[in-house]
Amino acid sequence: MPLLRKIPLPVLLLSPTLVFLTLFFLIPLIQVSGLAFQSQDSVFTLANFERMVRDIYFDSALRNTVVLLILIIPVQLVLAFGAALIVNQRFRGSTFFLYIYAIPLGISDLAAGLIWLSIFTERGYLNSLMHNLGVLERPLIFLSSLTPKWMIAAIVLTEVWRATPLVMVILLSGLQMIAKDYIEAADTFGCSWWQKVRYVILPLLKPSIQSALIMRTMLAFQMFGPILVLAGRQLPVFASESYYWYTTVRNPRVAAAYALMLMALSLVATWIYLVVLRTREEQVGVM
Amino acid sequence: MRLRKVAFYAVAILFAVWTILPIVLIALAALTPRQELYSWPRQFVPSTISLESFQFFVNSHGVLASTGRSVIVAVATVLIALLVGAPAGYALARFRFRGKEAFRIGILLTRMFPTSLLAIPLAVLYLKTNIYDTILGLAFMHAALAMPFVVLITSSLFLKVPYDLEEAAMTLGCSRIGAFARVSLPIALPSLVAAGIYTFVLSWNEVFASAVLTVHNRTLPAHIISTLNVSPLNFKFAGGFFMIIPALIFIFIVRRYLLSMWGVAINK
Repeated sequence: MPLLRKIPLPVLLLSPTLVFLTLFFLIPLIQVSGLAFQSQDSVFTLANFERMVRDIYFDSALRNTVVLLILIIPVQLVLAFGAALIVNQRFRGSTFFLYIYAIPLGISDLAAGLIWLSIFTERGYLNSLMHNLGVLERPLIFLSSLTPKWMIAAIVLTEVWRATPLVMVILLSGLQMIAKDYIEAADTFGCSWWQKVRYVILPLLKPSIQSALIMRTMLAFQMFGPILVLAGRQLPVFASESYYWYTTVRNPRVAAAYALMLMALSLVATWIYLVVLRTREEQVGVM
Repeated sequence: MRLRKVAFYAVAILFAVWTILPIVLIALAALTPRQELYSWPRQFVPSTISLESFQFFVNSHGVLASTGRSVIVAVATVLIALLVGAPAGYALARFRFRGKEAFRIGILLTRMFPTSLLAIPLAVLYLKTNIYDTILGLAFMHAALAMPFVVLITSSLFLKVPYDLEEAAMTLGCSRIGAFARVSLPIALPSLVAAGIYTFVLSWNEVFASAVLTVHNRTLPAHIISTLNVSPLNFKFAGGFFMIIPALIFIFIVRRYLLSMWGVAINK
């Protein structure tokens, strides 16, 4: 104990986290490059990346990963912004709506995939609905390699449904930090609702939008459950390929290469967001 | 004005329906008798509510065992994450020290890495150290995923507990630890529990690392994902609904903390 007393309290309190993160974060992170860039006998090599790029699934995995992101994120951002604006109105029952909207936050992407499978499967709710409406005599098959567009649509819907609340909550907590004065000033000048949103709320919300986009993009790149449930390997993405290479092929080196590619894509996306949504000095001054 | 109000409520309700409807549908699918699930034309509402699929799911090989493991892993994750992370959160809230900003940014950065980037090398490391395919190994991984959240959330919790109260307790003769245990901890406890529940759900829902780090000792999501190709529809629907029930209950319990938790964990 006397030794412990000599160490400053903050250091004592921080050290468990530091030790833990070194063991279960830093070391694996260093290890992953070792795996991807080395051969079995620890010699530097690009062979794992070569094997990854030459694989027949690589091109479509790259394309699908990017396409899904481009389809999912904008829809999610708009829907989440709308939902956040609604809840932020503070009408009677607004908290009730907030809870309802937030429900998918607790649902895993695997469970979400299974939920939407019940809609898109051959004898599922979508076919059933169309039959009841009289549009359809025999059920359509949506989830097969012959209908890649339907598969993508199903995955996009699943992911939009599940993860929009995450964006909403980030935007909502940003909205609540906007001082009422700005809105009141806009009201005084007779701004319309749209003008308020466009010229007051959106610019002030930029930092929240930025962090929501960065966060969401990183998570969307990792999306894995819905892919496996709704498409399997017929619609490969980087995350699912990393999984297949580890579990089925039993090659952790190529799996690590895929994981690094995923990281690289996340970094590129983050960089784009930071550049495109740069908060200028004068705007920082306003806040 | 009246029209605008109606339109506003209509949009709000529409979005609520969009959120709720898929959950209702999977619940109905899970409670539909197997035969009706495969019949055509298929009705939206089953003719009878049947627990057939549920029984089939629960009695399937490996489901009960993996559910039990999921719970143990999640509880272990909560304990590890809180025991390791909460002191750091407290330090961030209470002390000024050199490198505090660096520490905070470092913690934030750990959220930027994909799960696969950690899970794959950890699996290789675990194989060497014999904790591969163990409950504890997976709990460590999940705790690493939850750590940034736990540190940041506990720091904001303790910021809200006025330091004056702790000081008052200390002038009245409490030790530092006593002041913390008798004053700060009871005030922060409900939010700490909420953070713990959130961590539980994070572990309960986690798929990728669970599927990579376990082989025989699967958790429920890992079990479901590794048997996807061989399991029938009624197994999948019952499994999907089964997995979301605890998550729904937990989200309902922590609903008051949702905004503060997510807002803090992400925006700061």
